[in-house]
Amino acid sequence: MDWNALKLSLLLAAATLGVLLPLGVWLGRLLAWRRFPGKVLVEAALALPLVLPPTVLGFYLLVAMGGDSQLGQWYQALAGRQLVFSFDGLLIASLIFNLPFAIQPMQRAFEAIPIEVREAARCCGMSAWRRLWRIELALAWPGILSAAVLTFAHTLGEFGVVLMVGGSIPGETRTLAISIYDRVQAFDTAGAATMSAALLAISLAAIAISYLALNRVLRHARHD
Amino acid sequence: MGMKPVQARGPVVAAAADLQFALPELAAAFQQETGHEVRLAFGSSGNFARQIEQGAPFELFLSADQALVERLARAELTVDDGQLYGEGRLALFVAASSGIAVDSDLSGLAAAVKAGQVRRFAIPNPAHAPYGQRAEELLRAKGLWEALEPRLVLGENAAQAAQFALSGSVDAGISAWSLARAPGLTPEAKVVLLPADDHAPLRQRMVLLKSAGPVARRFHDWLLGSESRAVLARYGFDLPAQP
Repeated sequence: MDWNALKLSLLLAAATLGVLLPLGVWLGRLLAWRRFPGKVLVEAALALPLVLPPTVLGFYLLVAMGGDSQLGQWYQALAGRQLVFSFDGLLIASLIFNLPFAIQPMQRAFEAIPIEVREAARCCGMSAWRRLWRIELALAWPGILSAAVLTFAHTLGEFGVVLMVGGSIPGETRTLAISIYDRVQAFDTAGAATMSAALLAISLAAIAISYLALNRVLRHARHD
Repeated sequence: MGMKPVQARGPVVAAAADLQFALPELAAAFQQETGHEVRLAFGSSGNFARQIEQGAPFELFLSADQALVERLARAELTVDDGQLYGEGRLALFVAASSGIAVDSDLSGLAAAVKAGQVRRFAIPNPAHAPYGQRAEELLRAKGLWEALEPRLVLGENAAQAAQFALSGSVDAGISAWSLARAPGLTPEAKVVLLPADDHAPLRQRMVLLKSAGPVARRFHDWLLGSESRAVLARYGFDLPAQP
């Protein structure tokens, strides 16, 4: 078992969630309730990582984050090191390829809140902050949980993009999925089997949690 | 399952996949002797050269082919032209389950090809893996390339090609001789060293990159020493004359 790789994968997944959850709540509400010109284009762009081959995404990220790019040079000047083949570079890649997994379930959940409920809350004089916590998040939490679980599991499992922009550096960019690939090439079938089983268990648990939450909500809805 | 604590971060060494088994042994011996850890990444030399050009933070690059080191030196990414540390050799790998006769002049393979017994044949990807380029040269020299080309399975690097052949996923393959000493390799797998006359030599050159720190430099020098040479020889590398 490559504990460094497991730790790195969990760290990457947690960091991805930390950025995407607030961003997803904001964007999800915006897309659910507002109309604006070009909305379809924005939605299409956010869904793109669902259908784009990871190698295509990886290629563009390599170009966009490389030492010759604006972003790469800006980061180099700011942080004093390269963005590509670093953990920070992986995090950027992870944020981009997880956008649809984080935003779409939340958008659907916010869309399901009846407009009467939101208007009633506003008429009662609740502040926007209070409405967000007491009404919107309270009603949309299954969608938010589902988004969190999907994003987390998807980050642990991502392979193609990480292989292209990561470079398999131990303790920096060698995630669990990459480590499995490396162990197979090192003829270490036992090591690969242990790590594969761990990823399988984590993924299964994640999906089960999200289904469980959804079932509970549906049961409540039926009893109401 | 060994618990491995997270150490202070040692320099990252990019190594050709033919060093998959020799280099971890060397790095462990180096750490025992000096107390310094080095982090190892294995892959195809061509891929690493590209990643170094794109700014990958490697401090030392052990290439399976010196042309790639020369390319990086011309781009002024290295501290010098590098050092020769060994010469790699090709080997024929045949799965234990396969009936192909194993011999160093590939006549058993030629007979099996003729008889239609070779459905899938693995080599490292010649587009970026030096062992794949040499395997192609050898197969062309033996007149087997045309027959085998439609049956090729390309490994990402030498280790993957060897793994394909030894796991029985393909009938046979050509890859690095240094991988034949893999720990955990099944004893019934058939591997034979191939003569070096029919392909350009696989001159293994290593080079320190511009970012190399003291530990990477020390490891580089240590790899040229007699203890390392003994290990490399044991894994089947031909050694350059002692400097």
